[in-house]
Amino acid sequence: MWPVSHAVCSVAPLRFLPPGPKNFVPVRGHEGWWERRPGGPRLGCVPDFAAVRLHVVSGKGGTGKTTVAGALALALAHGGRRVLLVEVEERQGLAQLFDTAPLPYQERKVAVAPGGGDVFALAIDTEEALLDYLHMFYKLSPSGLPARTLRKLGAIEFATTIAPGVKDVLLTGKIKEAVTRKDGTRPWYDAVVVDAPPTGRIGRFLNITHEVGGIAKVGPIKSQSDSVMAVLTSRLTAVHVVTLLEEMPVQETLDAVTELTALGLPVGGVVVNMVRRTELAPADLRAAAEGTLDLEELGKGLDQAGLDAGLAGPLAREASEHAARVALEETGRDALAAAGRPTYELPFLPDTIDLGSLYELAALLREQGMA
Amino acid sequence: MNDLALDRVLDTAEIIVCCGSGGVGKTTTAAALALRAAERGRRTVVLTIDPARRLAQAMGLNELDNTPRAVAGVDGNLDAMMLDMKRTFDEIVLAHAEPAKAEQILANPFYQALSSSFAGTQEYMAMEKLSQLKATGRYDLVVVDTPPTRSALDFLDAPARLTTFLDGRLVRVLLAPAKAGGKAYLKVVSAGFGVFTGAITRIIGASVLQDLSQFVAALETMFGGFRERAQATYDLLKQPTTSFVVVATPERDALREAAYFVERLGKEQMPLAGLVLNRVHRTAAPGLTAERSLAAAEQLETGSLTAGVLRLHAERLALVHREQHLRERFTGAHPTVPWVEVTAQPGDVHDLEGLRAVGTDLAG
Repeated sequence: MWPVSHAVCSVAPLRFLPPGPKNFVPVRGHEGWWERRPGGPRLGCVPDFAAVRLHVVSGKGGTGKTTVAGALALALAHGGRRVLLVEVEERQGLAQLFDTAPLPYQERKVAVAPGGGDVFALAIDTEEALLDYLHMFYKLSPSGLPARTLRKLGAIEFATTIAPGVKDVLLTGKIKEAVTRKDGTRPWYDAVVVDAPPTGRIGRFLNITHEVGGIAKVGPIKSQSDSVMAVLTSRLTAVHVVTLLEEMPVQETLDAVTELTALGLPVGGVVVNMVRRTELAPADLRAAAEGTLDLEELGKGLDQAGLDAGLAGPLAREASEHAARVALEETGRDALAAAGRPTYELPFLPDTIDLGSLYELAALLREQGMA
Repeated sequence: MNDLALDRVLDTAEIIVCCGSGGVGKTTTAAALALRAAERGRRTVVLTIDPARRLAQAMGLNELDNTPRAVAGVDGNLDAMMLDMKRTFDEIVLAHAEPAKAEQILANPFYQALSSSFAGTQEYMAMEKLSQLKATGRYDLVVVDTPPTRSALDFLDAPARLTTFLDGRLVRVLLAPAKAGGKAYLKVVSAGFGVFTGAITRIIGASVLQDLSQFVAALETMFGGFRERAQATYDLLKQPTTSFVVVATPERDALREAAYFVERLGKEQMPLAGLVLNRVHRTAAPGLTAERSLAAAEQLETGSLTAGVLRLHAERLALVHREQHLRERFTGAHPTVPWVEVTAQPGDVHDLEGLRAVGTDLAG
């Protein structure tokens, strides 16, 4: 590690690096900028996504993407930065994660990161986002007649029923607004992290131009979706995928990386969540996987520790199941390498996730250079 | 009350609907239930939404062609199919609208967005396919997997939503130009609506409004049939011959969603069979506590086989206890819901043999 703190690193732009550093590749369209070569070793303590302001976190259901989004927001806020964490599915998952009352349609501080950074959270509500949009672009007051009529007629219900793409334009539009908001000349938020829809829907959610393209070829919806798309496909954005080392999540992750790449959306890192650690030495692990653990040695050890040597059989069965699981994880890890994206691992925590474990996960993400 | 007698359900039910949040093994559960029912002598079809590749291959589902196909290697009659949402929707339009109108609907950009998007449509189409499969009379039992979203139960709202939608004022506003034709439109709407359509034209653009009202007008001709079907499916699901099975893993989020499903089904008076608690961890040495195990490991040389095995056991017990605690919290809040546990396998289930093993667990 270089003798520089992360706080310094995280604001040091990558362009200060000498031209053509080893393991770095030029950033397309950004003369003089460099990023870590996918899968390459980290150089010093420059975070892998230092130039990114919008972090979109997706993943198959059940992989813990809300938890990872929360940990990433804390990690990015480290050292006095201001980060917004956004949820779009009206599940109030963030309120539960940070153990606060349900979030209103308002940016509210939910946590303080080590070193004084702030994490704000926002639960985007489609109806409020529509009124926001009308207010911003058409100067329609939320309490005025047209806005009230829209609400009364159930226009939001209508829009989401008849053209779900419109809903995504509203949600991503609000996200874009937060990303591009200014505090004087600086960005208002140093980073925005989105707890996004699952991998099965992420392509549709982000590829809004296509979603509304059939409906609106010209006009205000079209120009709004184009301006949002410009941010989503830029180097300001990274779409991270959370996965487990199991067959389906790994497959969905690879599919998502392919899909996002084809859509021109910048894929960020792969976060492998809930990795089981092993307590067994490599030789013992192999023996356990093959079902050839030395029961006699195990029995002797148990006896030595004052336990019933007869437990050797049942304990060896547990060890075999564990070894089978570890072997499968290894297969999953190999498959993920095919994606060629930087990979970060987070451990399985046997206890329920609370704020304390979130800080622990955030620290691990920082250690591995994700933030 | 660990007494979800699924074999009785498999022998008598005509429809089984599996619901639950994403990643809990819903598709595997649906497939295992269908296989077991078929091998218990019932002519069964399983309708899946998005199966894992290898599971799909095991069931012979190599393409998404929207027709049930026989699964090879089953000791009985089991068909399987994957839902093609867009094609199912197209079929409804073709069945309910006159040919000219149908053409118009299928070509409309709003229809294309609606029929291929995921939000809501998938749920309706799964239920539509369910009624179609039921109506063939070829099956004793139809097992359906539902999409992995909270809106998986949106189909319960379908009749009400369609009614609200069709009778809604917004639809009437949008229908007005098509009905009155051209400029006469402005005369038939009130001043309030004038302001409103002015706003909506500014917001979404005039050409969009035109497409939209054409679409709504075209759809209106088939709405009656659509609504009747939705109502018929809803009634079908309420029959005592239907069984809802809620699937969850022993994790906080999955159980919270399961609680939501259970409460929602209760509110609609839908027949709930019970909860399948999937991927439950067990210990082979229940007599050895985590504390004793760890204390013993401390006495042994670090890195030795026994110390490692004892630490693994302690970790396993911590997991087992957490899962038990979460299950008890659920069953405490829902004491009348029968449940059954399925043991966690180290790997994924991807062949008929694996599905049979899950089926045996499900039968309790």
